[in-house]
Amino acid sequence: MKQTDPIYKEMILYLYKNPLNKKQLADFDCSHKEYNPSCGDEIEIMIKFDESGKIIDIGHQGEGCAVSQAAVSLLTEEVKGKSKEEVMSLTEEEMINMLEIPISHTRSKCALLGLKTILFCFDRPSNKTN
Amino acid sequence: MLLNLKECKICFPIFQKHPNLVYLDSASSTQTPQTVLDAVNDYYINYRANIHRGLYDLSGTATQKYEEARKTVGKFISASSKEIVFTSGTTHGLNLLASGVQNTLQPGDNIVLTEMEHHANLIPWQKIAKKKGMELRFIPMNREQRTGNSYELGVSDIENLIDEKTKIVSFTLVSNTLGTINPAEEIIARAKKIGAITIVDAAQAMAHMPIDVKILDCDFMVFSGHKMYGPTGIGVLYGKKERLEALEPFFYGGDMVRSVSYEDATWADVPEKFEGGTPNIAGAIGLGAAVEFIQSTGFDKIQNHETQLTNKLINQLNSIPDARIIGLNSEEKRIGVVSFLLKDIHPHDVAEILNRDQVCVRTGHHCTMPLMKKLGLPGTVRASVGIYNTEDDIDKLFASLARVMAVFK
Ligand SMILES: Cc1ncc(COP(=O)(O)O)c(C=O)c1O
Repeated sequence: MKQTDPIYKEMILYLYKNPLNKKQLADFDCSHKEYNPSCGDEIEIMIKFDESGKIIDIGHQGEGCAVSQAAVSLLTEEVKGKSKEEVMSLTEEEMINMLEIPISHTRSKCALLGLKTILFCFDRPSNKTN
Repeated sequence: MLLNLKECKICFPIFQKHPNLVYLDSASSTQTPQTVLDAVNDYYINYRANIHRGLYDLSGTATQKYEEARKTVGKFISASSKEIVFTSGTTHGLNLLASGVQNTLQPGDNIVLTEMEHHANLIPWQKIAKKKGMELRFIPMNREQRTGNSYELGVSDIENLIDEKTKIVSFTLVSNTLGTINPAEEIIARAKKIGAITIVDAAQAMAHMPIDVKILDCDFMVFSGHKMYGPTGIGVLYGKKERLEALEPFFYGGDMVRSVSYEDATWADVPEKFEGGTPNIAGAIGLGAAVEFIQSTGFDKIQNHETQLTNKLINQLNSIPDARIIGLNSEEKRIGVVSFLLKDIHPHDVAEILNRDQVCVRTGHHCTMPLMKKLGLPGTVRASVGIYNTEDDIDKLFASLARVMAVFK
């Protein structure tokens, strides 16, 4: 029997089990690992830009709950082809809206962990290409 | 007085406000009985004033009640009231100790902790060890052939780890993540042979088992009021009188001095030496009432009741093929703090669905990140029992866990 749940909708569960862009990039311009100390989630983001400064590839690694994993899947799709500035103009509200589920105060940290990681990532160029 | 712990819920107003609440997070913080609320209110309504300061009656009453609470707490653990310092909680106590002993430490000395310490009994020592050039050592969990970790400390390692260079041995009596009761006697006996200072973090033990510091024979012990049916923001540092006297104060200011000139100051006697500034007067009085609440129920009844609930929890978890207990698998050597995992469902997602059924559990690393890393886990779900829990609460937990499994099928 499949139960329906306000948060654990099909899409969220699907993305949890089949995360998008969950991969290690061989070549990237910046990377950053961020933690959610209250629940132990961790997300690492790697980003590759093209010559015009748009994101051409993005990968993430780490462990998290269904909400944080679904959020980072959707977010990494959303930011492809965008410039740093465009990504930086994404609001927390827009991130939460992407999930299309009600997010309580306690879960907002899970929903926003991916976004936070990407924003930190921009400030941390990797040694490899810099 | 309660004849039957099954009726204990009525002593806690929160369960009248939330009749369907299944509160299984007492390891994080316990609920508050009416008697404690009354004692706190009594102070604010009937005799509120600062202590040790005013000559007027109200201040006299406040001082008297505050000192009575100290006596009550002292008796509870078989200490004299001079050996009871009121703090804001376990974290305060441990920071006070780490700071207070540092002048006696030398480069090359070592501090022995265990692999299952709460961050509060780890980070203060990390800071001191770095500053002083000291080594931190950890009593490891036993390795077990079959499952990896045994969730128990390896008693045989104690002998080697605690050596002539060990100055401090500080450990948790009960693990807040695993529920394991640690072999305090063995650890303290070994530390005493060397002459190391022994510190017991009893935060998780106080509400669940009788503790006698004379029998334990530790130098210091710390705990929090809010984990033993008392208010938040109050806790205790117990220390043997001569050990407290040798310790540097932590807070400097009013109330902790004997005499002060523009250039210098001398300290008041213990315990006042450590209670600089206006303390949490209502909190201390509330903690006194919490101790009386525990005493009036009695540890034999409490332990009996909680062991039954712990057994039920463990047995039901063992009956779910997809559940895995992270901790000892029988009620021996443990208390009712039960960590577990359900399939590969993230603990956060488990707790989210439990919350819909008003089942409160804790998830995450429980402020024991290194332990989680050692166990290779991102976190656990932790259900912990208190005096007010019933078998019905455990049934509701499992009904809700069944729903979790249905969603994550
Ligand atoms: C074993 C242990 N030590 C220390 C603490 C810290 O206690 P407090 O937050 O009351 O200072 C806790 C609380 O979670 C604990 O379980």
